[in-house]
Amino acid sequence: MSAPNASGWKPGTPVEGHNALSGPDTATGNRALMLEEPLLFEIGHVETTGVDLPEPQAGANRLGGFDRKDPIGLPGLSEPETVRHYTRLSRQNYAIDLGLFPLGSCTMKHNPRLNEKIARMPGFADVHPLQPVDTVRGALEVINELAFWLVDLTGMDGVAMSPKAGAHGELCGILCIRAALEARGDAREVILVPESAHGTNPATAAFAGYRVEDIPANSDGRVDLEALKARLGPDVAGVMITNPNTCGLFERDMKAISDAVHEAGGFVYCDGANFNAIVGKVRPGDLGVDAMHINLHKTFSTPHGGGGPGSGPVVLSEALCPYGPLPFTARTKDGMVHLVEEENAAEFDHTKAFGRMTAFHGQMGMFTRALAYILSHGADGLKQVSEDAVLNANYILRSLEDVLDAPFGHSGPCMHEALFSDKGFAEDVSTLDLAKALIDEGYHPMTMYFPLVVHGAMLVEPTETESKAALDQFIMALRSVADRAKAGDETLKTAPHYAPRRRLDETQAARKPVLAWNDPDMA
Amino acid sequence: MRYLPLTDTDRSAMLDTIGAPDIDALFADVPEAARLSGPIDGLPMHASEMAVEKHMRRLSKKNLAAADAAFFLGAGAYKHHIPASVDHIIQRGEFLTAYTPYQPEIAQGTLQMLFEFQSQVARLYGCAVANASMYDGSTACWEAVAMAGRVARGKKRKVVLSGALHPHYAEVVRTMAKFTDDEIAGAPPSLTAKPDDDGLIARIDGETSCVVVQYPDILGRLPDLAKIAQAAHEKGALLIAVNTEPVALGAIASPGELGADIVVGEGQSIGVGLQFGGPYLGLFAVRDEKHVRQMPGRLCGETADAEGKRGFVLTLSTREQHIRREKATSNICTNSGLCALAFNVHMTLLGEKGLRRLAMENHRLACLAADRLAKVPGVKLLNEVFFNEFTLLLDGDARSIVRKLTQQDILAGVSLARLFPGNEGLSNGLLVAVTETTSEEDVETLASALEEVLA
Repeated sequence: MSAPNASGWKPGTPVEGHNALSGPDTATGNRALMLEEPLLFEIGHVETTGVDLPEPQAGANRLGGFDRKDPIGLPGLSEPETVRHYTRLSRQNYAIDLGLFPLGSCTMKHNPRLNEKIARMPGFADVHPLQPVDTVRGALEVINELAFWLVDLTGMDGVAMSPKAGAHGELCGILCIRAALEARGDAREVILVPESAHGTNPATAAFAGYRVEDIPANSDGRVDLEALKARLGPDVAGVMITNPNTCGLFERDMKAISDAVHEAGGFVYCDGANFNAIVGKVRPGDLGVDAMHINLHKTFSTPHGGGGPGSGPVVLSEALCPYGPLPFTARTKDGMVHLVEEENAAEFDHTKAFGRMTAFHGQMGMFTRALAYILSHGADGLKQVSEDAVLNANYILRSLEDVLDAPFGHSGPCMHEALFSDKGFAEDVSTLDLAKALIDEGYHPMTMYFPLVVHGAMLVEPTETESKAALDQFIMALRSVADRAKAGDETLKTAPHYAPRRRLDETQAARKPVLAWNDPDMA
Repeated sequence: MRYLPLTDTDRSAMLDTIGAPDIDALFADVPEAARLSGPIDGLPMHASEMAVEKHMRRLSKKNLAAADAAFFLGAGAYKHHIPASVDHIIQRGEFLTAYTPYQPEIAQGTLQMLFEFQSQVARLYGCAVANASMYDGSTACWEAVAMAGRVARGKKRKVVLSGALHPHYAEVVRTMAKFTDDEIAGAPPSLTAKPDDDGLIARIDGETSCVVVQYPDILGRLPDLAKIAQAAHEKGALLIAVNTEPVALGAIASPGELGADIVVGEGQSIGVGLQFGGPYLGLFAVRDEKHVRQMPGRLCGETADAEGKRGFVLTLSTREQHIRREKATSNICTNSGLCALAFNVHMTLLGEKGLRRLAMENHRLACLAADRLAKVPGVKLLNEVFFNEFTLLLDGDARSIVRKLTQQDILAGVSLARLFPGNEGLSNGLLVAVTETTSEEDVETLASALEEVLA
């Protein structure tokens, strides 16, 4: 570790001309338990392998002359070196297992380990998606059982299970709407999207071939119902709306919005990213929603693994059900669960399916975890989840509104996330500075600069798996950095000071992209 | 309830701080009519860890696990041995329970891993740049088609699909293209020993934005990518190569070096288990850096921190949905982070030497199996060339034969009828995959069972 590697780069060595590290430098660049780790490409070797496999034997070659001739350039490590490399890397990460992860709209809650154990049962982890259906009855039952609870909890009529993530689910829902409209010979062109929407909403609508038009928010942080009604017409295919919305507020007029959209011949898509606030308390179907994706990793706690995988089943109203994508599963009168694919679509009255969104059945590994979560909580637990999530968020809102501006604090309680703005900060201190200072306090910062409707937004979502003690400590930390932001504390602008890296230069990364390791010896 | 830390005393104290009389006051904005008054229909009360585990184990046991069968399925999902340390590492909480690395200063573990992953994939594919992964191979394939449309600036709208592209991948492309202006020119696959490269080339014209070719193809054959690339480039079209078995690339030339412009595929074979189809790992790379800004998905890049230390960040986000909204290159806002980590760790354990050995062992066993199975009366081997997957033509409907063999715990392969529903001409085709996990005994079991049912 201490020797410079092939590239001449020594872990943790500051580049000449930059500020020296605070505190005495170490020869290795390491700081006690905080260890620097070179890239695999700097420590591995193409001759090293961490698996025991036989040497290739001379003999049959049916590669038809397509044999690989040149080296690939893939370094390997032995098993102990591999374990150490990744363990060292893991220590450079913040995670929900380490502490509160208050990312608004991302819903980072505790990931139960029972769910990991279940997902690894051989009957789930070690089955092929194209095995004959008689050999995967249990896997189909998992899909069906989870599908049943998702429909039940949302008050909808059906669910497409295959979408691979929330944004993929959005696409699925919009394609269902498009297929339903086309089936009635109605070529509409526009999807309305409130300005507080997730950026995926307009991108999804555009990817599905629609023109996107914004709908403004009112001063209460909710969709402007009158503006929406005024824009509805025969060219509007539907509206994409988030409820609870990205300001952390419940759209009180949701039913009126749905009724107006339906009356104008359109459909209502609900972004279900914030379902965690209302699961067991409110059924979106009762609010007139036609399609809504459910991020299993958010509401139902499947771990997000540093960026994914997600899983985005889409619940559908009766009007959209026939158009859901293949494959899907259906239970027949005999109680058996069947897999519906192209060849037997007619048997299950599913010939109007708009197509296939992914090669196989979706995120089975997430289905088992989500089902285990639902059964663990039960009817009483799921209701308590929403209540505690909302209670925790309001506790944060009310405990901080004297130091941080809460733009919609006056318009009733928030749901599961509390929104603040940078109003009152010293002139040259930004939301980013406050967030980076929070890192030094040992916290992952909240969601910043989102939603766009509020200047310097900070969206805090504690979730229901935080204790009061954990919230009190977080509130204390946030109060302290908020006070410093208002006082114009200069040290905020150079934060973080104690993270594995100081502030990283994102502009340089974008201007001169270095996206793969290039061997300096080959350059 | 074991996952909820608040006590009733905490709840009362917090409601006091908030100034709310009860929890219902916090749901005041939800219209009374929309609130659920009673318990959730039919859902039992919370269950203990033991009870949930028991229920799920019962469901798990209703499935025939690959390890408990003589197993020969492939067609886009492969059974390989995954070293124990892979699962150990991905279960470390700092990887498992982390979110998207939005705060790079405290996400260097994930970011450095993604940079290593991108570098591994780029080298494996013979490309300049790979992204931080997609949902799976099939969605990566559609995204590549969409990207080719952007590169052609919408001026060319014809997409030529090889008939031997995985039919589910083709179906995903067709589904998505229904809603764009792309015209998809496909052809049914034909049961020939070699792929019809000349027929494919004949379908490329000046209106073609891209040609999509699987390598090895769905029947296990190897198309001549270099020849197709040249023909595509002559017409100003991009070649998209699709690979569903990355282990093959330890033995055969990379699509990038053969001239493919975009290379996509499924990474499940390296580090990710079968899992009934997901989560899997979409791989996406471009041969030439000039197309980087048209790529979909996340990218991790190298930079420096305020002290000049090397660090990594997500970058080129100006292509993405949270900045460009409806003008974004894709609506994707995630990757398959944990699956990419599993790939990264497994590939590190293999290294160049291990990957090549693994590939050659797969090929050797596949050659032995193909020869043995071809000796069964009523069985003919279609392929002249293959890597670890080949097509057998049986005297009889492969689909019913596969079903029969499951009763002896033999998962004999994927029948072409399952893959290409309604195409009667393919009904005697059986796609058989062999990996390092396939023993000679498994092959013998399948051969004798086939002898019996075909007799």
